[in-house]
Amino acid sequence: MFLLTKTKQVSNLFSRAFSPLYEFFVAILDMLFGIIQRLVGVRGMPYVFVLPNLLIFGIFILFPMLLNFLYAFTGGSSFLPLERPWVGPANFERLLLCENYLEPRTCSEDLFWRAIYNTIGYVFFQVALMVLFSLLTALILNRNLKARGFFRGVFFYPVLLSPIVVALIWKWILQENGLINGILTSLGRDKIPFLVNAQWAQILIILISVWAFMGFYTLILLAGLQSIPADLYEAAALDGANAWQSFSRITMPLLMPTMVVVLVLSLIRAVQVFDIVFAFTGGGPGTATLYLVQYIYNYGFSSPNKQFGLAAAASLLMAGVLIVLTVIQMLAQREEN
Amino acid sequence: MNSTLSYLTRKKGGKKLGLTDVLSYVYLISGVVIMFGPILWLILSSFKTSGEIVKFPPRFLPYRQQTAVVEGYPEPLPLYSVTLADGTTQTLAQVRRVGLEAQLVDPVNPGNLIKVNINQRQPLESVYFGLENYKEGIESFNFGLYLWNSIVVTVTATLLTLLVNSMAAFALSKYKFRGRQTIFMVMISTLMVPLSVVLVPVFLVITNVGWNNNLLGIIVPAAATPTGVFLLRQYMLTIPDELIDAARIDGASEWRIYSQIILPLAKPALAVLTIFSVMWRWNDFLWPLIVLSRSEYFTLQVGLASFQGELNVQWNLILAMTVLTLLPITFIFGLLQENITTGIATTGLK
Repeated sequence: MFLLTKTKQVSNLFSRAFSPLYEFFVAILDMLFGIIQRLVGVRGMPYVFVLPNLLIFGIFILFPMLLNFLYAFTGGSSFLPLERPWVGPANFERLLLCENYLEPRTCSEDLFWRAIYNTIGYVFFQVALMVLFSLLTALILNRNLKARGFFRGVFFYPVLLSPIVVALIWKWILQENGLINGILTSLGRDKIPFLVNAQWAQILIILISVWAFMGFYTLILLAGLQSIPADLYEAAALDGANAWQSFSRITMPLLMPTMVVVLVLSLIRAVQVFDIVFAFTGGGPGTATLYLVQYIYNYGFSSPNKQFGLAAAASLLMAGVLIVLTVIQMLAQREEN
Repeated sequence: MNSTLSYLTRKKGGKKLGLTDVLSYVYLISGVVIMFGPILWLILSSFKTSGEIVKFPPRFLPYRQQTAVVEGYPEPLPLYSVTLADGTTQTLAQVRRVGLEAQLVDPVNPGNLIKVNINQRQPLESVYFGLENYKEGIESFNFGLYLWNSIVVTVTATLLTLLVNSMAAFALSKYKFRGRQTIFMVMISTLMVPLSVVLVPVFLVITNVGWNNNLLGIIVPAAATPTGVFLLRQYMLTIPDELIDAARIDGASEWRIYSQIILPLAKPALAVLTIFSVMWRWNDFLWPLIVLSRSEYFTLQVGLASFQGELNVQWNLILAMTVLTLLPITFIFGLLQENITTGIATTGLK
């Protein structure tokens, strides 16, 4: 209640401070669009309304996407598309050529395959843990418990943190003289070099991503759980169903569509993992946490010999995977509706 | 005792607390520790002095050595609890330290110098939440500038996003015109392709427009977010067309219909988009990292990333700056938690 009145006060304050400015802004636009409407007529107005959005969208989203194809099929180190020689599928061949696909070392582009295998491992464990923990949390938060709103807020809060902040928090806790090693030492154990050991880095990246994002999926699952009609459970209880039966026969089947959405959404996000890793390990130690987007970023921006063609080809391959996943998600969402 | 327990474990409908309830609370409380613990640790650490912060094993609360101003000495002197030769302990102020010998004076009676082995003195400390790290960090890290850049980007980008997206959504939901379906389909299909896969060509476009190292380079490109258009269009579809027809009969211009009828009615959807946009822009990292290479244009996130990449990491300052970075988002979350959580739950966006 206190918060509610506070919110109202804040928004009132804002509207009082900004309303003259807003009125002025609206009046100017009113005049401008009045003139435009006289020029193009009512039938032309929808085009005027979509134009600003379409311009920005076309220049900064659509055009770059088309340009990416051009990059992927050209070589050389020039940044300008017209100065780049056409090489056909050479970039794709270089990325995909391997003597033995299970051994990244035998591939012509070993880092790409290293990144693929790292990403697959990351995606598998991260998504599994993410779905498991967010489902468990949502089920518990859906129970009739005290302080539910508070607990929901606690699980959701890390979602709002920026990747850099998340990485900094955990780096600070896990560093050599950090909190976790302090606890280990006081328990009489040896310190663990969390940030230097390749295996630990891989495990920690997974755990930290689950920590940072699980609140988001918990909320979606919670909404799914709350849309299950309560009288179904009452009817089941009347029929003498126990807790497990009503869970497996009512909750799970009715939650399935939401589960699929969560699964695919977390898959899509996991394939694109970049910023938390970039800030936490930078892809290291060695190539232990080199994932696909980082590979693209390295070739496009940070390596001394920039190979835009390779970066673009790799991103097209990745986009293909993502589009397949998104189509699955859309089908699942249609099912849900 | 028994009645307190039964009161605490009482539930709605007079049922007793079962095993599942207990397990649920245990899970939730460990959740609080795991989710909030790291943030609490960050906040506590951000108050520690540069000497305290490198201590191992670390202490939970920030401590600082007590000091006292002693007559005859310009600087405040650190206080120690000293075990004297006769076995008594006394609080003394240290003047200087020579090798293994500490030279101290009595703060009340600073006349004679007492010399003891350094092992005989224990620093007198008290819990202290000082703002030194915050002050020093803001001064030495250019934090004020980065904060300003972040605010400029977040505010202007959000306003631009709201304006541009709501105009497009209005046209796509309330008019029938040639190309409407095509525009909508193209926008929706680009929802599938994330920014991260078109980094290189986007960078090329921004460079050619001349927005490299310019805040416009991060404000404008992401303003036409298909997600925003989609969200607003779906909401505007539910606004009855009769309102628009009536306004038209009264002679309102199309812009008036948009600004005076549609926008006020679409407020809930606009609020959700505002929250998302503020969150996206405040936390945005990948795009600013690529577009901005000169430090005077850095946003907070890029700035923080560059501090921690420096060779000599001054953790006490970085942690204080991290706390400042998450303050605004935390504040918004505190005010609007209900709106944020329901907004996400109903739209499935982040």
